[in-house]
Amino acid sequence: MDILLFGAFPYVAVVVFIIGTIWRYQTGFKYSSLSSQFLETKKLFLASVPFHIGILVILTGHLVGFLFPSLFTRIGGSGIVTFETVSLVFGISAIVGLLFLMIRRFTNDRIKAVTTKMDVFIEFVLLVQFGLGIYIATSLGWGSQWYASVMVPYLRSIWMLNPDISAISAMPIAVQLHVVGASLFIFLIPFSRFVHFLVAPFHYISRPYQVVRWYWDRKEIRDTSTPWTVTRPKNI
Amino acid sequence: MDIRSQMSMVFHLDKCIGCHTCTVACKNIWTDREGSEYMWWNNVETKPGTGYPTKWEDQDIYKGGWEQNGSGSISLKGAGKRKGLLNIFHNPNLPVIGDYYEPFAYKYLDLIESPEQDVQPVARPVSVITGKPIDIKMGPNWDDDLSGTPDFARKDPNLENLSAAEQEAMFQLEKMAFFYLPRICNHCLNPACVASCPSGAIYKRGEDGVVLIDQSVCRGWRMCVTACPYKKTYYNWSTGKSEKCVLCFPRIEVGEAPACMHSCVGRIRYLGVMLYDADKIESIASSDDDNLIQDQIDIYLDPHDPKVIEAARANGIADSTIAAAQNSPVYKFVKEWKIALPLHAEFRTLPNLFYVPPMLPVMAMVGEQKEDTPELHAVAKNWDDKWLYDTSLDGIFGTIDNMRLPLKYMANLFGAGNEALVADKLKKLMAIRIYRRHTTVGDISAQKSAAALKEVSLTEDEAEAIYKMTSLPKFNERFVIPAAHREQALEMLEATEEVKGNTGFGFTEKPVRGL
Ligand code: SF4
Ligand code: SF4
Repeated sequence: MDILLFGAFPYVAVVVFIIGTIWRYQTGFKYSSLSSQFLETKKLFLASVPFHIGILVILTGHLVGFLFPSLFTRIGGSGIVTFETVSLVFGISAIVGLLFLMIRRFTNDRIKAVTTKMDVFIEFVLLVQFGLGIYIATSLGWGSQWYASVMVPYLRSIWMLNPDISAISAMPIAVQLHVVGASLFIFLIPFSRFVHFLVAPFHYISRPYQVVRWYWDRKEIRDTSTPWTVTRPKNI
Repeated sequence: MDIRSQMSMVFHLDKCIGCHTCTVACKNIWTDREGSEYMWWNNVETKPGTGYPTKWEDQDIYKGGWEQNGSGSISLKGAGKRKGLLNIFHNPNLPVIGDYYEPFAYKYLDLIESPEQDVQPVARPVSVITGKPIDIKMGPNWDDDLSGTPDFARKDPNLENLSAAEQEAMFQLEKMAFFYLPRICNHCLNPACVASCPSGAIYKRGEDGVVLIDQSVCRGWRMCVTACPYKKTYYNWSTGKSEKCVLCFPRIEVGEAPACMHSCVGRIRYLGVMLYDADKIESIASSDDDNLIQDQIDIYLDPHDPKVIEAARANGIADSTIAAAQNSPVYKFVKEWKIALPLHAEFRTLPNLFYVPPMLPVMAMVGEQKEDTPELHAVAKNWDDKWLYDTSLDGIFGTIDNMRLPLKYMANLFGAGNEALVADKLKKLMAIRIYRRHTTVGDISAQKSAAALKEVSLTEDEAEAIYKMTSLPKFNERFVIPAAHREQALEMLEATEEVKGNTGFGFTEKPVRGL
């Protein structure tokens, strides 16, 4: 069972994620934030902003810890307390935001009209995942430290295609569930609105403000010396 | 010089009868789908009025368009790289459904399927979004013909700098005047919607300047809805994508007029090509308020100038497009006759839709009767109060400066606040009327007509040409769309050989919401 959940499921999740997101992309039409702000804006502010900021910071924390575990182990002493308290604040911000989002989704008629089963499902998955995370952070002391020393080797072993699940099998059930939840999250990305984070618009920063698209190379198209087969429309 | 060609428009407001045929034609073709029920890519507003969405012109509320910075450059008022990305989780300046109206339908089936009962069944209104009964508070064109004036017309943002007395004069019963303002996307030269899109989904087509949203790249960040000062991009709440007027590009590509223009009952709409210098866009969009309109009009080049023709050819513009530019009714209205102005140029998007300001409210001029007011012309009606309505020709010409809809109001709409600019256009229009009255009815002397034309520096030939283009234009004079490059039209969408044997071309995926 452990092998299935900690050794196999992560791979299934990643493979499904990769194939699924590509399949879903096809023309790109199905990638959208599916924002419902147009239908309700005031409550969304209290919900969406803390949720997004919280989840982004926490996810970044997990990623940084995975890539550079030494950063975490080096904190030491009272720094750990501060670091974990700050992290906890973001964790709480995420879960509070999520709760507001769920309340908004279940109480507003207009939002209900644009709610799919998948929306509800992923909100509960996230709720459990966030709840476990906060429980782990508050009860299983100094997670930043054992994350670096126990979890990172496990995640690395997955990454190296040589899963070593001995450490994770010995962890408390909450941690184990949190790990399964993470795989589930990755698994669900192509089937839910999660996809929108994959198309976050960072390229906006470097692009000129105005965008002009030419269907033809306008100078070549009317140049009699270029054969027509060379000048093809650009949007294919 | 980087010459490009632009599809531009003129709407002659004196001719608009407010029939909304244009709106319905557009609706039937483009926005009759779930999620777009509330969208009116073409809409016709009664002015004075708050318009659609409510008070769209008030950028203190909606933060649309560009604003000039201290240094003389411009930036987006409510979007842009910094503001846009910071507000991506929640856009504080997004107009919401209530600013437009909640789309509704009636449960007509209830009338038919109702069991026998003592009372008549009624068809209750239900929201198209939730399917639940709603209390309709707002609908498309709710303030048509000044209905609900206290709530709508009196809150028109263009009344802002009018004195209380001036506003009062506009809204006295029996003296109220209004006109219609049909609006579509302006396919701007400096589009705020394009600049605000974080995904880069909105683009201006190089070939004809039509501004489009690539539905497969749009991610629903909804910044364009905020950024467009004319509120002509709309968020589809069902598909999670934004949509806007496409200027019926499949029609213009094959040389047909867009549906709104083709169907226009008043024949107020003109469509033609303008050649302009794309290198100047940024500097002109940053001009000072006072020069903005003139500078924009200067960006369009003379298509008869051999140098312009040469540069246009070198830039790959087809001869047929150049020929269309030479025949463009828009060029005539805007550049030759100079009687059309852009709407709200102060938003700095350099709109390509020009309006001939309406004359009609001027015709029945209102003034306060004083002791020494001279005798009215015989056809003028004298009401039993101290206000005068002078519909005689004698009184009109001099009265443009204190017309029935105050000039200041018109200037707020069409002159970026510059009254002289609008007065100049109105005087020209009036001079042409005087001239025509002289030639057709003959009760105005030749000298008087000549003097009127001279004052606005029009020749008789020009006056005749304007009259013809206004009153008697044929279909192909109103719409000069470059000789249809049928062989290229389809290829602008796709390479035809690659869709051989397929079921069609264009959008091949059903536009349904993602999971
Ligand atoms: S009117 Fe608005 S939507 Fe149309 S091009 Fe201009 S900024 Fe964009
Ligand atoms: S169809 Fe023409 S006349 Fe009728 S409302 Fe539209 S623009 Fe005005």
